[in-house]
Amino acid sequence: MLNFLKNRSASGWLMVSPLALVLVFFLVLPIIMIVVVSFWRATEFSIIPAFEFDNYEFLFSSPVTYSVFLNTFKYALITWVFTLGIGFTVAYFLAFHVRTQTWQIALFLLCTIPFWTSNIIRMISWIPFLGRNGIANSALISWGVVDEPLEWLLFSDFAVILALVHLYTLFMVVPIFNTMMRIDKSLIEAARDAGANGAQILWNVIIPLTKPGIMIGTIFVVTLVMGDFITVRFMSGSQSANVGRLISNDIALLQYPSAAATAVVLLLTVLIVIGILLRFVNIRKEL
Amino acid sequence: MTSSPDDLELVSVTKRYGDTIAVDAVDHRFRVGAYTCLLGPSGCGKSSTLRMIAGHETVTDGAVILAGRDISQLPPAKRGTAMMFQNYALFPHLSVRDNVAFSLKMKGVEAKERFAKAAEMLELVDLTALSDRLPDQLSGGQQQRVALARALITRPQVLLLDEPLSALDPFLRIRMRAELRKLQQELGISFVHVTHGQDEALALADEIVVMNNAVIEQAGPAREVFNAPKTEFVARFMGGHNVVALPEGRFAIRADAIALTKPETGVMDAAITGVEFQGMHVAITSRITGDQEVTSLIADHLFYENPRNLGERIGLTWDAEKLHKLTA
Repeated sequence: MLNFLKNRSASGWLMVSPLALVLVFFLVLPIIMIVVVSFWRATEFSIIPAFEFDNYEFLFSSPVTYSVFLNTFKYALITWVFTLGIGFTVAYFLAFHVRTQTWQIALFLLCTIPFWTSNIIRMISWIPFLGRNGIANSALISWGVVDEPLEWLLFSDFAVILALVHLYTLFMVVPIFNTMMRIDKSLIEAARDAGANGAQILWNVIIPLTKPGIMIGTIFVVTLVMGDFITVRFMSGSQSANVGRLISNDIALLQYPSAAATAVVLLLTVLIVIGILLRFVNIRKEL
Repeated sequence: MTSSPDDLELVSVTKRYGDTIAVDAVDHRFRVGAYTCLLGPSGCGKSSTLRMIAGHETVTDGAVILAGRDISQLPPAKRGTAMMFQNYALFPHLSVRDNVAFSLKMKGVEAKERFAKAAEMLELVDLTALSDRLPDQLSGGQQQRVALARALITRPQVLLLDEPLSALDPFLRIRMRAELRKLQQELGISFVHVTHGQDEALALADEIVVMNNAVIEQAGPAREVFNAPKTEFVARFMGGHNVVALPEGRFAIRADAIALTKPETGVMDAAITGVEFQGMHVAITSRITGDQEVTSLIADHLFYENPRNLGERIGLTWDAEKLHKLTA
């Protein structure tokens, strides 16, 4: 026993085993379970263990699947554009324009305040703001900008994307800020010494050096948005769908095999997207 | 010292950070084509002075004049200076060639032309073979040469170097300083080099400017500053000197200008408190009146012809002209 403990590789295995066990039981096994169930057969009233491709066949033959996946990509892309724009700007301001570390920390914590409440509350709080007789509409009418309440403010794609951007921008700010803080300030001076103006420094020095952070933020936002279902349901007033909603509807109807098949396809899609993203930027040195 | 209209001149240059004064009304004229070292301990204001010349620090008061024009308010790239940074500040995502060509790219020079110019510069620092590498793949000495090429491609009138050798190991430091000196002589432009190492300054500089507590303590040719320190600080900082208080005042005298004789035949008597063999010579520490320690360096063959022991009474002797009166 003592010999066993002294063995370096054995103690190494012992040390990784708690995390490995947690991952095996709570990540790997459930995924295997989902994959297995996705091949089962389901009728209106029963689920029968089997190995057949009916669920996948139905999924790929239905036009709904394609339009829902397309919609999911649309949400992901538009949300990504806005979170990146806002996230980069905020991180840039914090990293390069706020001089003292105290203020950097204070303002950074300010960014996290929305996270002190749950997702659902943050989402629902938009409803009285955006509704037909909500604050936004009454303000616009009283300023004379519009004559009638705007219908598309709530229960629309606009509302969905607004809520998604609100929920996930911080996931973009944090990794970008982290990468920016590691940029040696003397590089900026060196660029200025070489005659670069502000925009040139941003384009030629800061953005290339921030790419790994942008990529990590992108992975966060894309996976979160593609897996989201509750935001889409609440903010679209059940009028739009994404893949997450497809799965949750199947589950509500106890169609587990079909839900599992959709989940497997979604998982593969997200993994392919991440795989493509990682081809562009090497994030290894950030980890 | 002859002055030329193309000199770099500091006129009462001051830098204040809140209540602290980093550089206090410094006046100096850097001769054109000279290698000048700004020498001093950390926090003496030498780096702030350099950064004000470069334009990376604003001048609180006073003016920086280069070739007759006041450059103190101009952006760094418009001053006719270029800076080489302490840890080189090479762009890690750009190849050696792109690093060197960076300033030309910023000016909008065509790729073909700027790469040709960069190749010229890399040839000058002997790095042509490595132009496609990233900075991470280079040794410290090679990185330094890239930084040098990047600074020189802007054709500056004055090259500013901020502790350029401090990131290198001692062996490489001595080799690179010889290269710096050679390059400066080939190019014939002014170099202003900040360092805290007096040996580095002595080895490189035509002129040494010793700074302490935000002011210039002494400036002059390297040999003059070393041999004839004006203040106690300079004498101690340059090393190799004794500072002694005699009835006529305080003086600095080089350790190797003090010889040993029999008691009561020298200028004054002393008791040996330490004997240290240093290779080429032997350092003998002895105590004179007023509890002052004096170190004398004796060539080793002279010492071993007539060895001395701890506690022995001896006489110390020197030429009166080797004493330099200190003003502070």
